[in-house]
Order: sequence, then structure tokens, then C-alpha cells
Amino acid sequence: MSIFLTENSKVIVQGITGSEGRKHTQRMLASGTAVVGGVNPSKAGQTVDFDGTSVPVFGSVAEAMKETGADVTVVFVPPKFAKGAVVEAVDAGIGLCVVITEGIPVHDSTEFWAYAQGKSTRIIGPNCPGLISPGRSNAGIIPANITQAGKIGLVSKSGTLTYQMMYELRDIGFSTAIGIGGDPVIGTTHIDALQAFQDDPETEAIVMIGEIGGDAEERAAEFIKANVTKPVVGYVAGFTAPEGKTMGHAGAIVSGSAGTAQAKKEALEAAGVKVGKTPSETARLMRELLGA
Amino acid sequence: MALRCLFVDLFEYQARDMFAAHGVPVLPGGVAETPEQAEAIARDIAGQVVVKAQVKVGGRGKAGGVKLADTPEEAKARATDILGLDIKGHITRQVMVAKASDIAEEYYFSYLLDRSNRTFLAMASVEGGMEIEEIAVTKPEALARIAVDATVGVDRAKAEEIVDAANFPAEVRDQVVEIAIKLWDVFSKEDATLVEVNPLAKAPDGTVLALDGKVTLDENAAFRQAGHDALEDAAAADPLEAAAKEKGLNYVKLEGEVGIIGNGAGLVMSTLDVVAYAGEEFGGVRPANFLDIGGGASAQVMADGLGIILGDAAVKSVFVNVFGGITSCDAVANGIVSALEILGDEATKPLVVRLDGNNVEEGRRILAEAAHPLVTVVDTMDGAARRAAELAAA
Repeated sequence: MSIFLTENSKVIVQGITGSEGRKHTQRMLASGTAVVGGVNPSKAGQTVDFDGTSVPVFGSVAEAMKETGADVTVVFVPPKFAKGAVVEAVDAGIGLCVVITEGIPVHDSTEFWAYAQGKSTRIIGPNCPGLISPGRSNAGIIPANITQAGKIGLVSKSGTLTYQMMYELRDIGFSTAIGIGGDPVIGTTHIDALQAFQDDPETEAIVMIGEIGGDAEERAAEFIKANVTKPVVGYVAGFTAPEGKTMGHAGAIVSGSAGTAQAKKEALEAAGVKVGKTPSETARLMRELLGA
Repeated sequence: MALRCLFVDLFEYQARDMFAAHGVPVLPGGVAETPEQAEAIARDIAGQVVVKAQVKVGGRGKAGGVKLADTPEEAKARATDILGLDIKGHITRQVMVAKASDIAEEYYFSYLLDRSNRTFLAMASVEGGMEIEEIAVTKPEALARIAVDATVGVDRAKAEEIVDAANFPAEVRDQVVEIAIKLWDVFSKEDATLVEVNPLAKAPDGTVLALDGKVTLDENAAFRQAGHDALEDAAAADPLEAAAKEKGLNYVKLEGEVGIIGNGAGLVMSTLDVVAYAGEEFGGVRPANFLDIGGGASAQVMADGLGIILGDAAVKSVFVNVFGGITSCDAVANGIVSALEILGDEATKPLVVRLDGNNVEEGRRILAEAAHPLVTVVDTMDGAARRAAELAAA
């Protein structure tokens, strides 16, 4: 098993004809993902060729789903059109929408998240590397060849820290590694992934990576305390990051948290999570837990 | 957070102008960079004015940054006092001169992004005259918090719901509802993540006005907010940050000695932490900057990044920390070698390089073969951080 993405996932790419979409479709195919189509209204009916694999382009997500049975879409369209692309995917009722696009205005992401509530689409991202269930499927931009299938579940706000951790623990391997993105408003949260890993029989332990800002890690800590019985190892980045342009005091009042790395580390430790000082130490803690 | 999502705070006068443009009632006034300009604005306004330091930090009143003036000459004198004033590390470069207003009552009103609940939020209170965190602590029951559905926004009914939840007095209710609708225009049409009016004031004649405001804008919306570029505070930017921005680099200057280059915001943040830990052993050496060169890590980007970092006189050593994922390590190594060629004699400080990920052996081989005298390759992130800190302390 794995979470959210399996060997049976059929993936389409919104923005397949753009340079990023094309490049990463190639990489997804190379890692064994069933990419069954692309979407671009102005190029419907054409195909895009990738080293002998010919991928059909459809005019809409709904049409692509109808023709191919796709249940996952990966969004690469530019920020300007991203909200429209996600809304279209939600309207089509696709099960999973992975939004890779970076730089989407927060008004747009807040709006498409609100729009998706009560509907059947899970959103991951935006501004995220996507997710990979090694050896099975890869939806997004995570390099597939730095790790292998295994028993660790990984959820992370950061892309390159995800890769770093996948690489450090490549001998043990991962059920699913998921980058949820570090934007202020994201679809799938640490908690959603923790719940899914807890329920996944193949996942034996979980690595959770957070970073400064917001209160997602504090909430995740509470969730772990109450609901997660599998061992969790954590890492938080941003202890020395400058206090940046936050949203001022009004934002902190709403979240009830300072959002500092220290506060997050303490919350996780209070929930029984071992928190590493560096990515390498975090990997070491995981090894100790698994006796590997 | 500066390193991830770029939100830009506006000066009070910019917020005021934005309010006015969307029909929110404000007092007449203008912004001045010299005492003479302040005098001219005061003359136009006629009557008593208030001269206010334009700094993006609270507590300016206590710091002497807000003064009343009865005549244009006095406004000039007060502006002379305030311009150049250092308020909590912020140098005052501009003052706003606005008509002074008697205040009968003070209220609070804001819209903001509620990150935790992934929605927008309206907050309002009739207990004004305090900072919002004070209201939240001392009179939490007096602060109405109403979620705003992002797909619907604030229409008249929603504005009435907010205003009534905060118990605004009957005689100002309609005015505040009107203002709430217009402030939503500011929030939504300008792509703001915060619009705060404090105080929202009732004048003795019963008129409600936005007397002071804060606005924070989302830089990600720049593509549809053509006017927002002009609101940037170019004067306050660090020269290295400005140079980096020109080259499209995500660079933040810090106080430290170890220059940092890495790929991916999370990995670079982590690199700062690891260097700071390692630095504790070497007399408190600290990271000198945040610099995320992104996934690509091409030779030109590497050269641009190194150029910026080497231009920082405080930097004693540089730590290049790259995980080769999408761009493999051999390409990154070639990038570093070419960057050093491009920089030539300008490269003067020791570089510690840590590469890991795809094609790492080939990457390390390329660096070993180039054998640049300034470059040390260390295999682990923790070890490389230690070496960089050690070199910076030497």
C-alpha cells in the first residue's frame, strides 16, 4: 500500500504542453507513472511524444477523465491560470489534484480551497513538489531515482528537504513521500498525511518535516498525541531564519502561535515526537527507531 | 515569512491613499520628504494638522514620531524634528501631514488571511484606541471574529453581520457597514493579506473615518496588480538585497560571517540552522545570508549568487549546499567550476561545497579534477557546515 497514489493511479497533466509540464511528464513516465493524458483547451486532439510514448491532449479535465479513466491530475499551469485549472479539476470530480505551480496569489489558493470543500477532490499544494509512492507512481517533480519503496512515510513542507531525507534513508525506503508545500494556504496538511500513514498498513514509521510560519506543526503535534500510534520523527527548519515580513500581530492572534521553529519543536517533543537538530540527525533517529 | 511567501507591508500614507481610492473615508493629507513639503501640505489643509513619522513599526507615538501642529510653520518645525528620527531601528524618511481630528469614539476593524483555518477573517471591536493584541487579551469578548467565505466575499448582509456582531452603536452602524464593504474592496481587489483600520474613529460630528491603517499586499499577485510595484520601499532595501533582486535571486542579508548558497527554501533554512549550531563551537560564527538559487543551479545563477555573497564584506567563508535532485550533481559541479571562472580574481574567500543526490560521484570528481585552490569538498551537510564555520572563525 501507499497513500493517495498507487500503482493503479492514472495521471493527467494540466499544462502538459508547457516547458515545465513537458519536462516533468517525461520524468514521471520514466519513473513508471501511468500518465494517460494531458489537458490544454487550445491543443485538444493533438498528442505529445515522449521517447516513444504518445500522450493524448484533451480539451478539458472532464473529457480526459471520460476518455482515460484518470483519477489524478498534476497542475503545471502558470499562476495566472492556476485557480481556473484547479476549479476545473474540482468540477470534473477528479480524486486528487496536485498543484505544483509556484507563485499563486493567496487569494486564489484560499478561494480554490474553499471551493473544493464538500466536493470529492483532494488538493495537494500549491507550490509543492507533489508526491511519490516509489516503484509505483510519481505525481509531480520529486526525483524518483534517489530512493526506493519501503516502510517509511514522509510528509514535508519543503521540497529539497524531502529529497534530502528520501536520500538519507534510501536503504530503508518509503511507502509514500509527500511534499505539501510551504504556502500559507495549502490543501492537504500534515494532519491529513499523518492520518493516512497511520491507516496505511505498509507504513511503519513516519518522518514529518516542518518549517517556521503558521501553526500547522503545533496542530499536527496535537493530532499525533491523540491519534498516531506509529513512531514519528520530526525535523523543523528555520531556527535562525530572520523574523520576516509576517502578517503583523493580527495574524499571530488568529493562529494563537508565534510560528517559530522553537515553538514547533517543543510542541512536537511534547507529543512524544523525536526531533532532530539537523536533517542527518533526524535520519539517524529514524534508524534507531526502526533498529535499522 | 519573508523566505517563502512575499508579503509587503505598506506605509500608513500608502494605505490611506489606497483606502481613499476605494471610497473609504479618510482625512485630507499628504506625504512629505522635507520640512518645506510638510509646510506646504499644512498650508493647503489649513487649521491644525498632525505630523506622523512613516515607519513600518509600531510605537512611533511614544518614540516622538507623532506631533500636532497649529500652523504651517509649526508643521515645518515638527517635520524637521521627526524626519531622520530613528524609531526602533527604522529611520524616518517621510512624514504624513494630515488634518487633525477630534475623536469622540475609537473602534477597530480588520480583514485578514486566517492561515490556520484557510479562510478570510473579519475582526471588529468597538473597544478602540488600543493595539489589537491588547484588545484580544484584555477584552476578548469585545473582539468579534467572523469568518468570510473566500468564494462569496463580503456583501451588505455579511458586512451587517460583522458590524452587528461587534455591537457598533446604532448611530454609526450604517456608516460602518458602508466602510466594511469598501474595506473588503481594498482587501480583495488589491490582493491584500491584511487590511487593518485602527482607529476607525467617530468625529464629534458623528462622521466615521479611517484614521490610521495597515495594509499588507501579496507579491504573488504582482502580475495583476500593476500599480503595486511603485509601492515598494526601495530606500529601505539593503544594497546587496537590491542587487540580488535585480538578478532575480531570492536573497536575504543577515548578520553573520558564513555566506550560504543552497537550492530550495527549506534546505537553505536548514543550512542556516546547521551553520549556526556548528558556529557555536567557533565563537558564535553565524550565517551571513539566505540565498536560494532554486532547482536549476546553472553556472550563471551560481556565479550571480557567489558574486552577491562575495560582495558582502562581512563574509569570511562560503558554504555551497546543494542537493542534486532534478538538476544532478555533475551539472551543479560544472556550474560551480564555471562560476569561479566567470568570477576570476573576484573570488577571494574559501568555499566549502557539499553535494549529495543524483550523480554525486561524478559531481565530486569534477570538483576534485578542477582542484580550485579556494574549494573544499565535504561529503556531509553537518561536516561541511562545521568546516565553513571553522574557516570563518580563522
